[in-house]
Amino acid sequence: MRPEDRTDPIPSITRMELAISVVLRWGVMLSGLVILIGILAFALTHTTGYAQVPAHHLRDLLAYHQSRGPGYFPTAVHEVLAGALAGKPYAIIAFGVILLIATPVVRVAMSVLFFLAQRDRLYVAITLFVLAVLLASLFTGVG
Amino acid sequence: MEPLTFFLSVFGASAAAGLLGALLGLGGGIIIVPMLSLLFGVNFHYAIGASIVSVIATSSGAAATYVRDRITNLRLGMFLEVATTTGAVVGALVAGLLPGRVLSVIFGVVLLHSAWTLFRSRHEDVPTGVEGSPLATRLRLHGAYVDPALGRVVKYQITRVPQGFGMMWLAGLISGLLGIGSGVFKVIAMDLLMRAPIKVSTTTSNFMIGVTAAASAGIYFTRGDISPFIAAPVALGILAGTIAGTHLLLRMRGAAVRKVFLVVLMVTALQMILQGIRGGIR
Repeated sequence: MRPEDRTDPIPSITRMELAISVVLRWGVMLSGLVILIGILAFALTHTTGYAQVPAHHLRDLLAYHQSRGPGYFPTAVHEVLAGALAGKPYAIIAFGVILLIATPVVRVAMSVLFFLAQRDRLYVAITLFVLAVLLASLFTGVG
Repeated sequence: MEPLTFFLSVFGASAAAGLLGALLGLGGGIIIVPMLSLLFGVNFHYAIGASIVSVIATSSGAAATYVRDRITNLRLGMFLEVATTTGAVVGALVAGLLPGRVLSVIFGVVLLHSAWTLFRSRHEDVPTGVEGSPLATRLRLHGAYVDPALGRVVKYQITRVPQGFGMMWLAGLISGLLGIGSGVFKVIAMDLLMRAPIKVSTTTSNFMIGVTAAASAGIYFTRGDISPFIAAPVALGILAGTIAGTHLLLRMRGAAVRKVFLVVLMVTALQMILQGIRGGIR
């Protein structure tokens, strides 16, 4: 039985709750879809798009590449975008992961706007602070 | 093992982790990390990177449903995010300076103590007789939700805001420092200290853990710790698992959720103590 089926003495869903839930839902569905496309491309083409990794052997796929230098998969946003546009399977998956990481950030940014519209100064300050810390740690690599 | 077998196994195990995570407000790291590193021999860095992905996927996947069904306390979550994000940044900054292994043991013992407190209230569906604190009223943290398992509206009041805030700061610190266990601490802070109903605690924790994890996801991504081949089955499996987990939570009684949480709490506590004694944390 869903909650909305019963008589509801508490106020119905607010626009903010609806918007947050929609953003989260679309964020995960979109990133899930992109990751799925990436893994299907990998399975069909038997290539990662990054020549250094042989796509047939699990041991090579799982080997830790970071210590052996870049080039095994993209680790910067511009590399991911360029690679995904070029149709490289690993870059498409990484793009999906970036969409996943961006989803909570978009959610926080959106709540700032909703509290602004409600003129709820206390919560504008609270959510703005969280957004600032989040963006600072995302972009400076601290955290 | 064939790559396809690996993919399907990790997908299945991640689905289980997503279900449990959606139910209990955790990121599933306590399943993902040991599974990848011990069972499949994946490098510890990749295992941690995958667990960050699993936390964000669990959070957004589950919270989409819980926010719509109005179980999540949005204000409580957003207010406490101030504590968790600053705690996480401080944790990452001092990660090399503090004795991680000692802290892991200490926090493990703290969890064991919380397990004892939780054990005594294991039959409780919703807290009763809680007098909300003035600070919680000023912050408008009190709430109400429709509980399908109880068939009624549950109204609740929040108390001990400073203590809960402090515990949340620690939860953030731990996740920045040790990379594990932050969801468990969040649920404990809201349930045992602030006296939110268990379902509100787990769903609000679910709502929050994505933000804490996203703050540290950037560094893992640029460092090359998030391998596409490992992240893909984890993310897809988790998302599938959260769908089942959110349906399950609505139908379960609060007392049942508490008992499942109690088991996971004890496992996490022992894991942290063992990790501290044997090493193996960053």
